[in-house]
Amino acid sequence: MTATDAAAGSATATALADLRQVWRMRAFEERVRELRLAGDAVGSIHLGIGQEGVAVGASGLIGPDDAVFATYRGHSWAIACGVEPEALFAEILGRATGVNGGRGGSAHLTAPGHGFFGENSIVGAGAPIACGAALAGRHDGTDRVALTVFGDGAMNQGAVHEAMNFAAAFSLPVVFLCENNSWSELTPIDEMVGQPELFRRAAGYGMPGERIDGNDPEQVRDRLGDAFEVAREGGGPTLVEAMTQRLVGHYIGDADQYRRPGERERDAENEPVALLTRRLRDAGTSDDDIAGAERAAREEMESASAAALAAPLADPTTAKEHLYA
Amino acid sequence: MPDTAVSPASTATETRELTYGEAVNAALRRCLDEIPETLLYGEDIATPGGVFGVTRGLRRDFGDRVFDTPISESAILGSAVGAAMLGRRPIVEIMWVDFSLVAFDQVVNQLANVRYVSRGELTAPVTIRTQQGSAPGACAQHSQSLEALFLHVPGLRVCMPWTAQDAYDLLVAAVHSDDPVLVIENRTLYPTGKGPVRLGGPVQTPGGLRVRRKGSDATVVTWGAMTARVLEAAATLAEQGISLEVLETVWLNPFPTDEVVASAARTGALAVVHEANTTGGFGAEVVARVAGAGVALRVPPLRLGLPDSRVPAAPSLVAGLLPGAGDISESVRDWLHSA
Ligand SMILES: Cc1ncc(C[n+]2csc(CCOP(=O)(O)OP(=O)(O)O)c2C)c(N)n1
Ligand SMILES: [Mg+2]
Repeated sequence: MTATDAAAGSATATALADLRQVWRMRAFEERVRELRLAGDAVGSIHLGIGQEGVAVGASGLIGPDDAVFATYRGHSWAIACGVEPEALFAEILGRATGVNGGRGGSAHLTAPGHGFFGENSIVGAGAPIACGAALAGRHDGTDRVALTVFGDGAMNQGAVHEAMNFAAAFSLPVVFLCENNSWSELTPIDEMVGQPELFRRAAGYGMPGERIDGNDPEQVRDRLGDAFEVAREGGGPTLVEAMTQRLVGHYIGDADQYRRPGERERDAENEPVALLTRRLRDAGTSDDDIAGAERAAREEMESASAAALAAPLADPTTAKEHLYA
Repeated sequence: MPDTAVSPASTATETRELTYGEAVNAALRRCLDEIPETLLYGEDIATPGGVFGVTRGLRRDFGDRVFDTPISESAILGSAVGAAMLGRRPIVEIMWVDFSLVAFDQVVNQLANVRYVSRGELTAPVTIRTQQGSAPGACAQHSQSLEALFLHVPGLRVCMPWTAQDAYDLLVAAVHSDDPVLVIENRTLYPTGKGPVRLGGPVQTPGGLRVRRKGSDATVVTWGAMTARVLEAAATLAEQGISLEVLETVWLNPFPTDEVVASAARTGALAVVHEANTTGGFGAEVVARVAGAGVALRVPPLRLGLPDSRVPAAPSLVAGLLPGAGDISESVRDWLHSA
């Protein structure tokens, strides 16, 4: 085996591992959708189906002292941080065994033990908080990087602007990761900004910025990895704009009838399962291995969700526990 | 100075079967139609017709006076202040009251000060439509009832419609007001309440209350979606021989103090029920006003609301916190029996 063969072999192995991880996230969320439609879960639930490539590419970069701040569309980010799917299902199902005992729900999942400082349901609010996590790292002897993930629409929120300048002014180790799925709820981002290439704003803050293909975990790992490294070594913040797409509505129940002509076809071709499957086929990976990634993920999520469903609902008499002030 | 620099083009009335959400739409349509200075904007409200479908069709019918905005509440509210100073009559939507907090400055420091500081040379006839409250599964950042924050701010009018008719009437009154008005709707009500709504007709001035039930044993003051639970509780208690007078104070600023005081003086007992936290809730102010008026109550006043707590997502936990109709009737019965 030549060196090139070995490199190709390991690239293929990585792509297969990525596909498995994409499928874990997707199978998780497809199961959540079933549970919501069946009425086992209630309320607004935002799925990131189609966007998994970003979280999969980032997952290996997040170190034990790092802190991740996500949005309501954050199930996959919790999984990327290593939170147990059963505890996530249980939370979404309002069970006592949920990762927040039912206090958080789908849109406010939090698991600090895994570096997952949580989802946030106020658009843009995570960015200044991430600055604080980075600031703490400066004083607690860790080499913490704070990763704040938000959508394209959040780029228009004042808090995000303030956070970017704050991090740049103090050279804080923050990675600003914008998942650009081209929609802010039901409104297209390109009609709500003067400059649709959002990464270009970074220059105005004096930090590096770039646009990457969020569907390709390999590219995310590489480019976001650079941003992590720069931050960890004291080089300050970076803005990474990961282009992606949500294949589903803004929330479960969104009739999703606002898409532009040709958009769905393009999305179906670009999304990470399609991209990785093509890559693996081209590299000669067997259909069996490819199908196995999906099958294993579905089995895992089936049993995790069954266990969560079997757990008791959060006990109403405990509702005021954990409120100290 | 009287409110309403603009007068309606028509006072013709018609009655239509509308839900609460449709009644809001009808009010917006009327205002856009009759007041050329109105603008209507907010996140997802124009082309998509609003996340709850409430503003459907208005962009089509009124063109670029109705538009979608970036997710920028400070710019939405701040631009409304500026446009109002220069003669427009903006109606803006903040999708959830919880999101107004990212732009509180524009409401408290800016909007509420315009008319006062300029000694009336300027007005800020801005209508802020928003909605609030708990709904099954909603997270802590989408469940709060924040009316008391706004009621602490002089210079701002605040109302909370519960019926479809009030959703229409209060919003029309708000848009006509030369003071800024916060109209707090409730998303759980949008698809409900279908019934005859009188459209057109004279514009009401802010203020007043709705006597939803006459009674003699106690006065219960409530507002917003809580009204339904209080009325259900009152019906239950009526069967047990307890007669409640239920006052829905749809306007919280201006607050109908005299009417509430008169009712409490008549019944000799006062309860206030709201969905917001009790501590610092507006119920405390209602109790204080009645006490301050020297009304002799035969039982200490009762306040019911969310016991001071964050709002959990799990419905089973919310059920342990928010008073439902059953909790209200039980609490009120025990309270009156303690007298
Ligand atoms: C401050 C604030 N304003 C408005 C909202 C309502 N809202 C929730 S998600 C959303 C769209 C966000 O779009 P984007 O940032 O692109 O993220 P995506 O949902 O596409 O992941 C809006 C407007 C909110 N949660 N917080
Ligand atoms: Mg988006």
